[in-house]
Amino acid sequence: MIRLSVPLRQALSRLTLPVMMVFSLGCVLIGRADQNFSSHLSAALDDILAPAYMLVSGPIRAAEHGTGEIGRLFSLSEENAQLRAQNAKLLQWREVAMALEAQNNELKASLHYMPSPAPEFSTGEVVADLGGVYARSVLVMVPPTHGNPQDLMGAVALDGRGLAGRVVDVGSRSARVLLITDINSRVPVAIGAKGSPALMAGNNSPDPSLLYWSPSQPPAEGAIVLTSAEGGAFPPGLPVGVVHYNRQNQPVVLPLADLDRLRLLRLFSYPHNLPNLTPIPQTRPEAAPAKAHSRKP
Amino acid sequence: MALGSPLRHPTHLLHQIDAASRWIFPCATLIFGLFVLGMPFGIPGQAALRPVYAMGCVYFWSLYRPASLPAPLAALCGLLLDLLGLSPFGVWAALLLLLQWATLLLRRKLAPARFLLVWAAFTVMAVVISSLAWAADCALTLTWLPTSPLMFEWLLSAGLYPTLTALLIRAHRAPAAVELA
Repeated sequence: MIRLSVPLRQALSRLTLPVMMVFSLGCVLIGRADQNFSSHLSAALDDILAPAYMLVSGPIRAAEHGTGEIGRLFSLSEENAQLRAQNAKLLQWREVAMALEAQNNELKASLHYMPSPAPEFSTGEVVADLGGVYARSVLVMVPPTHGNPQDLMGAVALDGRGLAGRVVDVGSRSARVLLITDINSRVPVAIGAKGSPALMAGNNSPDPSLLYWSPSQPPAEGAIVLTSAEGGAFPPGLPVGVVHYNRQNQPVVLPLADLDRLRLLRLFSYPHNLPNLTPIPQTRPEAAPAKAHSRKP
Repeated sequence: MALGSPLRHPTHLLHQIDAASRWIFPCATLIFGLFVLGMPFGIPGQAALRPVYAMGCVYFWSLYRPASLPAPLAALCGLLLDLLGLSPFGVWAALLLLLQWATLLLRRKLAPARFLLVWAAFTVMAVVISSLAWAADCALTLTWLPTSPLMFEWLLSAGLYPTLTALLIRAHRAPAAVELA
């Protein structure tokens, strides 16, 4: 070990704090100058952490499941009766759904409907809830893919019921999903049967708000909110939530996905069937006016 | 000095390991705690807990055992906090260092003071630091962030410090006590 004189050592120890302060302010500058730098670092960290979280979250889940089971033992008979009633109702609905499906298929056949190609998806377990104070995100463990893991970038994440978010960071075995409740999340949506357009904006609260809806057709309470292909960021028709009014003239979306208790997420990548961002020509592309308006790539 | 001499020249390898592990204990528990708080426990406001925990630990160890949490390790914890919590890179590192610096300045007065005063000082510092974090986040992302999580963070830091101290004092007296090695 190098022996230093006492005054020199004191001076050095006094200097560490300012030097580290300058270093961290430098980090802020680097993070600002190169956004990829910090996202690469956090993807690498997530990759290291995901298996460790996986080890621990298993037992936690088992314990949760256990307490749930014990709690349910006390209300077994009531639950049974409730389930039987629900089952009878669902059976009726099944017949309705089957009839509708047959009718739908018939109509599609007569329209020469071309089904859109099914997107590729991978299913991942949510291993950590890594949101910050002003960010809502979860860490998903992704099975190692044969292809390029960067293909998952921007993939749409759905849980069993509806849209949960989008992938913003990808490592080799983990992906970070920015939830629709995050303040930076903006999802173009279509409301109700008419599909009137609006923008769903996250605000860090459990219910994202609806912006830019047409004042002549305000979203109705309880109307279903689906994603819209406007802007080309999302495929159309994914279920998001239902409209609810907390206050007059300020509609929010109650998400269908259980965002507080996400367990499994399916990550859909839509690389090929995304619509282009170019304006759709009204006439045939050979026509002169349409050519003048179309943007060259 | 009789106590000091074996500390400075540990003769035995086990002694050395013992002393090193005691020295590393505060930083190791701080980093480990940051990871543990990321697990999906489903506690409401779990995300706000992480910076509060980091601030509490940095404050406590800078106050009572500054040698165990040198500035580079505090900066490292801050960077981890940034990477885990998606805040702008480096902001929490600078803020934790600021907290450490303020604590070290007030150390002579705070260390022998009564607990209530130490608690109040922490609350004031945590309010200032978390507000600065909010302002830095707003400025660096060019958005007006909601203030309700910030106020929640203030309440959390005021409310959780006694519990955190109760745990950290135990650690301070036994597994982190380098002089007992």
